[in-house]
Amino acid sequence: MEYVLIIIGAVFVSNIVLNQFLGICPFIGVSNKVETAVGMTGAVTFVMVIATLVTYLLYKYVLLPMDLVYLRTIAFILVIAALVQMVEIILKKISPPLYQALGIFLPLITTNCAVLGVAVLAVQKDFTLVGSVFYAIGNALGFGLALITFSGIREHLDMMNVPKPMKGVPIALIVAGLMALAFMGFAGLV
Amino acid sequence: MNQWKNFSKGLLKENAVFALVLGMCPTLGVTTSAVNGLGMGLATTFVLVMSNLVVSLVKNQIPDKVRIPAFIVIIATFVTVVELVMKAYVPSLFNALGLFIPLIVVNCVVLGRAEAFASKNNVLSSLIDGLGMGLGFALALTTLGAVREILGSGSIFGMSFIKGDGMLLFILPPGAFIALGYLFVLANKLKAKIA
Repeated sequence: MEYVLIIIGAVFVSNIVLNQFLGICPFIGVSNKVETAVGMTGAVTFVMVIATLVTYLLYKYVLLPMDLVYLRTIAFILVIAALVQMVEIILKKISPPLYQALGIFLPLITTNCAVLGVAVLAVQKDFTLVGSVFYAIGNALGFGLALITFSGIREHLDMMNVPKPMKGVPIALIVAGLMALAFMGFAGLV
Repeated sequence: MNQWKNFSKGLLKENAVFALVLGMCPTLGVTTSAVNGLGMGLATTFVLVMSNLVVSLVKNQIPDKVRIPAFIVIIATFVTVVELVMKAYVPSLFNALGLFIPLIVVNCVVLGRAEAFASKNNVLSSLIDGLGMGLGFALALTTLGAVREILGSGSIFGMSFIKGDGMLLFILPPGAFIALGYLFVLANKLKAKIA
């Protein structure tokens, strides 16, 4: 039950994109088509869960006992960068179709602040190991939910008659604002 | 290159937020007040200037293949410096910015300038480019912070000028998106008028 609450909390109540403002760059950047949004979600889910697991172990069993907590930022970003590279190499060997599908999204994830953000939040919130994995899954799902819905709206928006200065990023931001407003309805659910 | 042009391009013409649409997470996340926006902007400026400086100094020593990881380590070092300094001297700002301080590492503006500018130009130009870009970023964040603070809590830089509450919406997450959206519209209008 505790894990279900963690997931619901991460997906709806404090949605990573619309409430915590992490991963806005891909949210605005790759949300023009539903297809690319799905690809990005897949890649992010994959990396986010593995990264959170590894950084959690690193923090609990290396940085904390050795009193190296101030190295957290550097250690985490290096782990994430190395992981992305490794996932890329392994996927290429094991599952070429999946590798093809994720394509250019994989290298982009290193600088996706959602991945580093969730890794840092998971150790800050003092979850157990299983809890932090569920927290990562929930956040990845929340990212996917926001990104895919948003790209669906944007596909329709392309055909609308939007005033010229509002075309592109401005209207996307305002739509995102309205979506965030809708998500605020979930506040207090958990 | 003309150094004044090099400095001023970051302020308006190639402004990180309004022209390049980079670094959106801290832009939206920390701008609940003008002071927070300014603090975040200056912290990013420091990291940007220092990482540009170091990257342009060592650019010939770094093999091309491990360029990006090397840049990230350089940037992460300065972010850790900022984190420790802020925690020691301005704890209230440190708490307000929270998670977004370590996240300067993955701010695309910083890595973007290291890759696109500092790895190709000399030390002085890189330094000035970093300063211009950083101050442009700080300007954008302070503007958004000021707009949200005026509308949301009826004050500016902490000085309140109305009694009672403002429009709470602009302090909450949806207000960040909406306020930034309309600032973009304004920026586009201005650009169209100048051009």
